[in-house]
Amino acid sequence: MSVIKVQHISKHFGSLKAVDDLSFEVQTGQVFGFLGQNGSGKSTTIRMLLSLIHPSSGSIEIFGQSIEKNRAAILEQVGAIIERPDLYPYLSAKEHLQLFAKVRKQKITANAIDETLVKVGLANRANDKVQTFSLGMKQRLGIAIALVHNPSLIILDEPTNGLDPQGIADIRELIKKLAKEEGKTVFVSSHLLSEIEQVANQILIIHQGKKMVEGVTKELLDPQKRIVQIKTMDDAGTLQVIVAGSFSNYLLPRKEGIFLKIPTYEIPLLNESLIKAGVSLLGIETKNSLEDYFLQITSNA
Amino acid sequence: MWSLINVELYKIFRRPRTYIAFGAIAALIVVIQLGLKIDGNSYAAFLMKDINDTLTVDGKVLNGYLICYILLQLLLVHVPLLVALIAADMISGEANLGTLRLLFSTPYSRTHWVLAKFIAASVYTILLLIWLAFLALFVSMWVFGTDDLFLMKSNYVVLIQQNDVLWRYVGAFVFASFSLLTVTSLGFLMSSMANNSIGPIVGTMSAIVFFTILSTLNIPLFTVIKPYLFTTHMNNWKEFFDIKVNANNEAITGSVLNIPKIKTSLIVLSLHIILFVSASIIIIKKKDILS
Repeated sequence: MSVIKVQHISKHFGSLKAVDDLSFEVQTGQVFGFLGQNGSGKSTTIRMLLSLIHPSSGSIEIFGQSIEKNRAAILEQVGAIIERPDLYPYLSAKEHLQLFAKVRKQKITANAIDETLVKVGLANRANDKVQTFSLGMKQRLGIAIALVHNPSLIILDEPTNGLDPQGIADIRELIKKLAKEEGKTVFVSSHLLSEIEQVANQILIIHQGKKMVEGVTKELLDPQKRIVQIKTMDDAGTLQVIVAGSFSNYLLPRKEGIFLKIPTYEIPLLNESLIKAGVSLLGIETKNSLEDYFLQITSNA
Repeated sequence: MWSLINVELYKIFRRPRTYIAFGAIAALIVVIQLGLKIDGNSYAAFLMKDINDTLTVDGKVLNGYLICYILLQLLLVHVPLLVALIAADMISGEANLGTLRLLFSTPYSRTHWVLAKFIAASVYTILLLIWLAFLALFVSMWVFGTDDLFLMKSNYVVLIQQNDVLWRYVGAFVFASFSLLTVTSLGFLMSSMANNSIGPIVGTMSAIVFFTILSTLNIPLFTVIKPYLFTTHMNNWKEFFDIKVNANNEAITGSVLNIPKIKTSLIVLSLHIILFVSASIIIIKKKDILS
């Protein structure tokens, strides 16, 4: 069943097309990765999902209902953080949760608030004012606000922004747990593929407001379709070895370096040939095709 | 709806900025009361100098009731500026802080939020007025005592017996609440149009100054629009202190000279409040929340 169904939405700000004819569906229990570089239209799309921005055209259905017509009923079951974790500096973490618990129609107990603080790792700072928090802690509190009313759909816009590596890993685990153990549907956006690929089972890449690619993560990250970049001091000599070793079929026409789309099992052979020929290698970097595709979009922008 | 009002009130009274206005009013009143306590007789003599030859006034002219009247004349011009500090920040301040998107992505409609914010700002305004009333009236009564209220108008004097004064102050403060709620709603309207607090606060203050000047200018062109300007009506709380007299020119206890003027002013101010709040709701409903 579709939790989110977006059909041909567009959003114009004057002459700027922030989102251009975007359509996608998110199924129940999925972790849906919404990927794009900064300014690609991710946050505008998320704001439209939350009815903060009115689409110029198109329709959005959440839980099978139009967000325009059934906003209140839909948002009762949605928890979200949008871009930066902007909060009230003069209130504590616990006061934030108490405040946002009050604006939910269901009763949220003091226990639920405490449990949410534990879940995001803020239990020991519950009574401290937000003005003393680091960006990472604010981000955690933002996630806690999104979770406190136990929503069915969780929308997280760049949830790992400002977090340290341990914090990123914690949030990643939390997202996985929410989907696997609690059956939540999670819509998570990021500009980092490495973040999305580890949690999402479906990925959509957006660029300049348009959908570029969408698919199941496993298929998009197929290990059999590796892109190899050879970094060397001697590009001409390297190319000679590639041609002599019958790897030329795998060469990709790229200006920015030597790239090959090569089966994984042939990578050691290529490496061996280059070393035997005495090529001064700086490195061989392998990327999956999605990462390569995403980097191409990013570098072309 | 109650829970939203509760949330908004909680936020207002947890902010240190909220108490600036309470502190400013207390400081101003205490300074004026102190000055009048120390050198009030000279002030009273100065007031009476033009009529001393024709009229003999017995009793305590400089009593708590007169002090309150003086304070209200001075402060009710400035309190709108303090009200604007909070009212004009109610929506734009949250937009600037980035929390508006958190509120507007809850299940309550934007109309609910705008109304809750306006009601909370109105509660703040009324509390500010109660604080002003407490300090200006009750503290003055305690410090200076009570007697008949003797007021010098532009070309006549008014003498109100002390047992006929207190209800007039109640009326004046209720009227003043309408004046200040008009300012609150104007600040609110400005706030709905901006994404930072400075513009709406300065805008509200500028609008009050601008329309006050129009209200006081005796130019025929402006005379036509004057009755419709809220600033023309804001100071009509003074009408409660103009009293009817009988054929013998004796004051009629419990009377007010121009009740229709008070009613008209209340209607004009109420219409402004409705207009400003409705416009705020329409603007916010149509607005894309980009902050």
